[in-house]
Amino acid sequence: MKAAVLVFPGSNREGDVAQAIELVTGRKPQMVWHGDGDFEKTDLIVVPGGFSYGDYLRCGAMAALSPVMAEVKKRAAQGVPVLAICNGFQIVTEAGLLPGTLMRNAHLKFVCSDVHLKVETSQSLFTNRYQAGQVIRVPVAHAEGNYFADQDTLKRLEDRGQIAFRYCAPDGTVDGTGNPNGSIRNIAGVFNETKTVMGLMPHPENAVEPMFGGSDGKALFEGLVEALT
Amino acid sequence: MKARVHVTLKNGVLDPQGKAIGHSLNRLGFPEVGDVRQGKFIELELDETDKAKAKARLDEMCRKLLANTVIENYSIELVG
Repeated sequence: MKAAVLVFPGSNREGDVAQAIELVTGRKPQMVWHGDGDFEKTDLIVVPGGFSYGDYLRCGAMAALSPVMAEVKKRAAQGVPVLAICNGFQIVTEAGLLPGTLMRNAHLKFVCSDVHLKVETSQSLFTNRYQAGQVIRVPVAHAEGNYFADQDTLKRLEDRGQIAFRYCAPDGTVDGTGNPNGSIRNIAGVFNETKTVMGLMPHPENAVEPMFGGSDGKALFEGLVEALT
Repeated sequence: MKARVHVTLKNGVLDPQGKAIGHSLNRLGFPEVGDVRQGKFIELELDETDKAKAKARLDEMCRKLLANTVIENYSIELVG
């Protein structure tokens, strides 16, 4: 599996996700600077976390209009899979690749902790190594992760199985106690209609080595390798 | 000419920052303050003299960058 990882001024998790990809594929991904409107064709594009363009105006708003994102939109339309994490999720919603938006956390604080996620479906490139209903533990680190979409959009997302992950309690209960940021219906990650684009606020790339507190995120990358190699 | 753009959260979208500001004002001795909504104010210098054209261009700017229409409304004001 050949992967490209985008790098914006202010990205800071591009190294983490590159390492996670190298761990499961044995090869380093291509790092692509935000000004590059053209880059080598790859099987996967990753939009990493960080604070692109200093989060000016709105998180992800500036990055969504960068030359590299114009190319990502084109390739996503052709079916090239896109994994967007944290600030990456904010960027792709701003770019219109995924519905909804990420607002300031309901409690207004930056949240940096492990969370539990309920896997909503195993029927995707990104989640095929998980079971539907499985609970995994991965970290979050964000101030704007409060997912919001209007009622019509939410209904459409749920009817079409486009919810990837929901925040939950350790036992899998989806309620307010497991929700770190106020996200509507505990939504932590969503797919586009074709399930070739996935965005999520938590960081699976930071949960790939047991010695760093857990490895529940590794299966996401292994699943991608299996699907895309 | 100069333009002023106001970006505000749509009705029904929770505004935790506005709420926090309201609570702080209440605590500071302004009990008359009820609901508070926070927004953005953006002032732009435009190299354009035709008001209709300016407005159309600003509308495009708002939709493309200045506002996120999933959660925000915008209003445009031309000055001078």
